[in-house]
Amino acid sequence: MSALVETIELTKHFAMGRGRTVHAVDGVSLAIAEREVVGLVGESGSGKSTFGRTLVGLHAKTAGEVRFAGEALPSSYGPADFRRHAANMQMIFQDPYSSLNPRMTIGEIIGEGLRLAGGQGRAQIRAAVADWLARVGLEPQHASRYPHEFSGGQRQRVGIARALILKPRFVVCDEPISALDVSVQAQIVRLLGDLKASLGLTLLFIAHDLSMVRYVSDRMAVMYLGSLVEIGTADDVYFRPKHPYTEILIGSNPEPNPRTERRRVAVAVTGEIPSPVNIGAGCRFASRCPKVMEVCRRVTPRLEPLADGGARRVACHLYTSPAAISGST
Amino acid sequence: MTADAKAAPVLDVRDLHVEFTTHGGVVKAVRGASFSVAAGKTLAIVGESGCGKSVSVQSIMGLIPMPPGRITGGAALLHGTDIVRRKIVDGDDVRGNRIGMIFQDPMSSLNPTMKIGDQIAETLEVHRGYSRAKARARAVELLTQVQIPEAEERSQQYPFAFSGGMLQRAMIAMAIACEPSVLIADEPTTALDVTIQAQILDLLAELQRKNGMAIVLITHDLAVVARMADEVAVMYAGEIVERGAVEDVFDQPAHPYTLGLRGALPSRSTERAGLNPIEGAPPDLFAPPAGCGYFARCAHAMRVCEQHHPQQLPVAAGHAARCWLHAPDAPRTHPAIQHRVRR
Repeated sequence: MSALVETIELTKHFAMGRGRTVHAVDGVSLAIAEREVVGLVGESGSGKSTFGRTLVGLHAKTAGEVRFAGEALPSSYGPADFRRHAANMQMIFQDPYSSLNPRMTIGEIIGEGLRLAGGQGRAQIRAAVADWLARVGLEPQHASRYPHEFSGGQRQRVGIARALILKPRFVVCDEPISALDVSVQAQIVRLLGDLKASLGLTLLFIAHDLSMVRYVSDRMAVMYLGSLVEIGTADDVYFRPKHPYTEILIGSNPEPNPRTERRRVAVAVTGEIPSPVNIGAGCRFASRCPKVMEVCRRVTPRLEPLADGGARRVACHLYTSPAAISGST
Repeated sequence: MTADAKAAPVLDVRDLHVEFTTHGGVVKAVRGASFSVAAGKTLAIVGESGCGKSVSVQSIMGLIPMPPGRITGGAALLHGTDIVRRKIVDGDDVRGNRIGMIFQDPMSSLNPTMKIGDQIAETLEVHRGYSRAKARARAVELLTQVQIPEAEERSQQYPFAFSGGMLQRAMIAMAIACEPSVLIADEPTTALDVTIQAQILDLLAELQRKNGMAIVLITHDLAVVARMADEVAVMYAGEIVERGAVEDVFDQPAHPYTLGLRGALPSRSTERAGLNPIEGAPPDLFAPPAGCGYFARCAHAMRVCEQHHPQQLPVAAGHAARCWLHAPDAPRTHPAIQHRVRR
């Protein structure tokens, strides 16, 4: 399987001063095939948004590499790099309120990428903007209006048109539906699905809504405190989670069905995601894990394939350490 | 008709109307909402942004600035006493005392310059006349009750030192300090991760089991409703369009909007059924439509729906919907609605 986008041990640390470092993303390796949708889930503070932003060059990389169609991308982007790579990789942001410049018209926002890319006259850009407004379900006359005149769902449509007008091959969708109402979420997911099919897009879909991620994704990756803990087909991870953290995350996700909810056994994990500052050795989930073993506190587990020969990889000593196999489920 | 047959409701809101005067005109935010909740039970009010679910409870709590807001009609009976226009009942302010409230964003609901313990103690000093020392000791007990570890130490910290989940626990401690008979929880877990959401929902359910308070849960999340509610009221465009026991409303939704909301959620079963978004947007509440507010988006709209405002029509015992499909002479259209109409 040749990957369109690949990260190799991608790492992003933020210095906090006084020798303290936030390990936002720590050595994440992920390969995304052409036309694949990979869902990335995790709690706030797990580093999933930082991963997406570092991937498209919005953050300079601390270490590791991003490859696009086989080519290694620069570790920090200059203006020329953005111009060159913006046509390949784009991003759709979570907050359709703060991600659109309130002083620009919708037409200027959507057309800005084309204008910066150069090579097209104003009339051509205007025509392209009108075309994209129609493709995302807005009206051509909306081009002269300002963001505040639109609802959240409409703004997200503008964000999608803005990202896709350059015809990128890969798009990072960072919580594109979290700020929207249920009925509007479904509208946006359907729009993204249609555009993905017609344009042949490859997507990294970052979200915390597990059932929606499972619905849109081919594969699902679970992130905890800067590292991937599990990755596999969306249905495998959702219905047959292996990592104790994934089990808890999916077990905490309530269903819109009162009968199953009444019967639900409480799986609530105690405690909260620890601080990502100055992380030591051992499994990052050890402090909250109900199945923690002695080895977990000493040795950092690596993301390794399960013994069943499937596509699933899990970073957990329950599945890798020979001493623990008897204790696994 | 739902509540009357059962135990007398603790909180009984009848035909509430709320308006806001704005530069653009008058917004009719709540247009005749009625709901009630009994002791030890949870009523969920579910709906999307702008449907009036928060405004309904905030207006009866007196949390809406008036003007521009205005309650133009209706009553909210707490143990039979109307609290819409007066907040003092038997010499006690109902707010924070008889009715506790928690909010979506605990960070902005707490005073950032005051220690957590003192904020909880203040409630007890004001409403119960506790001495400072007694109130502080009780605040630590309450923090322990909401499962905050090292409560003594934590009570001396400021809100910035708490995580979102811990702040929500502190808010709950404050809300239950005076043992209210009703707890209003306005999107209490919307800002939280699913793992923390599960903890907070479990905590609310456990507190309710212990002290028998009624909970009014405002949420947009049908999964949270399924987990917590006994009764559910679905709100759309300022009105309650469907109400009933949670199993009835989920198993046999009677209003097309409720059906639409369910169709817009991804299925949890292993096969992937397509998402069915509700197309369009809610009506403009500056000029609410003469007929049904859902008419323009409804797949089952009839001619009567455009001009005639639907009444609350019974669907089954304890289950009603504001929809003409349930009128005795309505056509049998949607399969999910059909079998209810035949009865």
